[in-house]
Amino acid sequence: MSDDVYIIGAGIHPFGRTDGRSGRDQGVYAVREALGDAGIEWRDVEFAYGGSAAAGSADIMVNELGLTGVPFINVANGCATGGSALTAARNAIAAGACDIALAVGFDKHPRGAFNAKPSDYGLPSWYGETGMMLTTQFFALKIQRYMALHGISRRTLGLVAEKAFRNGTLCDHAWRRSPVDLDTILNAPMVNDPLTKYMFCSPAEGAVALVLASGRKVRELGADAVRIASVAFRTRPEGSFEVFAPSISVHGGGKPTQIASKAAFEMAGIGPEDVSVAQLQDTESGAEIMHMAENGFCADGEQEQWLAEGWSEIGGRLPVNTDGGCLACGEPIGASGLRQVYENTVQLRGRGGERQVPNDPKVGYSHVYGAPGLSAVAILER
Amino acid sequence: MSARAPIAPGLWTDEAEPRLIGARRADGEIVFPVPGGDAAALVEPVALSRKGTLWSWTTQGFEPKEPYSGPQPFQPFLIGYVELPGEVIVETRIVDATAADLVIGMPMEFAVVPFDDARATYAFRPERQP
Repeated sequence: MSDDVYIIGAGIHPFGRTDGRSGRDQGVYAVREALGDAGIEWRDVEFAYGGSAAAGSADIMVNELGLTGVPFINVANGCATGGSALTAARNAIAAGACDIALAVGFDKHPRGAFNAKPSDYGLPSWYGETGMMLTTQFFALKIQRYMALHGISRRTLGLVAEKAFRNGTLCDHAWRRSPVDLDTILNAPMVNDPLTKYMFCSPAEGAVALVLASGRKVRELGADAVRIASVAFRTRPEGSFEVFAPSISVHGGGKPTQIASKAAFEMAGIGPEDVSVAQLQDTESGAEIMHMAENGFCADGEQEQWLAEGWSEIGGRLPVNTDGGCLACGEPIGASGLRQVYENTVQLRGRGGERQVPNDPKVGYSHVYGAPGLSAVAILER
Repeated sequence: MSARAPIAPGLWTDEAEPRLIGARRADGEIVFPVPGGDAAALVEPVALSRKGTLWSWTTQGFEPKEPYSGPQPFQPFLIGYVELPGEVIVETRIVDATAADLVIGMPMEFAVVPFDDARATYAFRPERQP
C-alpha cells in the first residue's frame, strides 16, 4: 500500500521523578533520542505534533531543537494527547503531506492523585465538593462490580501489580525498579476498596518521541522500521460507564475501548489471536484485567486463569505490559500512551534486552484509556 | 428534616420524603443531575424513586484534594452507585453502613444527610427491613 506509515525512530526520557528538569526539557531529550535512533536530523522533520497535560506547550521545543520553520501543532487532548499526536502524524504522512513527521508527548505532574476541576468536565461544583470527583473512585467502582459479576479475586488484582513491578525491574525507563511481593501488595493501605496503594499507578514525569516516515523514506534511509498497521481513537458511545459520571444509563451501552479496538483490528485486517505483545492501560490493577477483555484478548472472567497461569507474563501466550506499564512507570499523562507504542517498537525490533518477548514478536498492540471516556489503540507490525 | 441548606439547589425535591430530581431527555433516557446551560431546555425534570439496589461501591479512605470541601478533620466515607429500576443509576454517598455490610444488589433507600455543619447532601443507605 502506498499510504503505509512506519516508525523509524523511538526515544524516551526515563519515567518517574527528575527534579530540576522541566517536562518540556524531558520532551526535548526524547526527541533527540528519537532523531538519533532514526539516523536523521531535526531539520529533516517536516511536520510535528505534540503536547502535555500539565507541562506546557510542545512547540516551544523549537527553541532548543532548532528554528527550522517546521509546522508544529500543539495537541491538548488529556489522556489521549500522545495518541492524538500519533494519529495526526500518521495521517499527515498517509495523506502525502510529508515524508517524515514527529509525535512527542511529555509531562510533569505534582505528587498525589489528580485533582480535576468540575467545570472543566461540564460538571456542577457540588460533585467535586462532596468528594465524588476522583479518578481512583471510578476505577475502584468499575472493578468492584466487575469482580462480583465475573468472579475475579483480590489475589488476581495483586498478581497484576506483582507482574508490573517484576517487569519494571527489567526496564531501564521504568520508575519502580524494585519487585514488590504479593502479600505486601494485598496488605498495603486501601486507597479505594478493593484497590490498595500498590495497585494504583501514580502521576509522574517522562517523555516519549516517535519519528514516523513514509515507505519511500524508509527505503531511502534503509531504516529499522516498524509499520503502523492501524491507529483508532474513539470517544465514548451512548450508555457507557466512564470516569466522572454522576449517573449511568440503566440500559447499558458500549465502551470506548471496545469500539476503538474493533476499529483498529478491522483497519489492520487481523484479530486478537494474531497479537504477540500488548500494552494495555493499567491505571490500576483492575483496569488491566478489564481491558484484557474489552480489547478482545479474553472473555470476561477468564483473567482469573490467565493471571494464575502466568499467560500475560513475558514468555507467556500474550505478554501484557512488558515494561511494567503505568504501575511501574507512573503516568505522565501526555507521554503515557506514546510509552506503550515506544515499548512495542522496542519489542518488535528485538531490542528489549532482559524483557524481550521471545520468538520474534510480529504484532504489537497498545491501548490507552482516559477521562472523560476515550480510548486510543495502535497496532504495529514487523 | 435537617435545617442545613442543600449543598446545591435542584438536587432533590422539597417534600416530607424527598426524592432526587433527574432529567428525562427527548429519547426517554433519564440522567442525573438536571443538566445546566442550554441542555436544560431539552429535558424534563422528573422525581426519581427513593428505592433502588446497590450497583457498585467503594471506600474513600484518604482526603480528596480540592475542590473537596468536607468537614475537618477528614472522615473516611463510602460512595457507590445505586440503580433506580427503570430510571437511572446514580452516584451517591452511602451512609449507615460499613464496607463489610455492602453487597452488590442489596436494597437501598434515599436519605438527605448532613455534609458539614451548614450543608446537607444526598445519600443512600441499606434499606431497613420492615
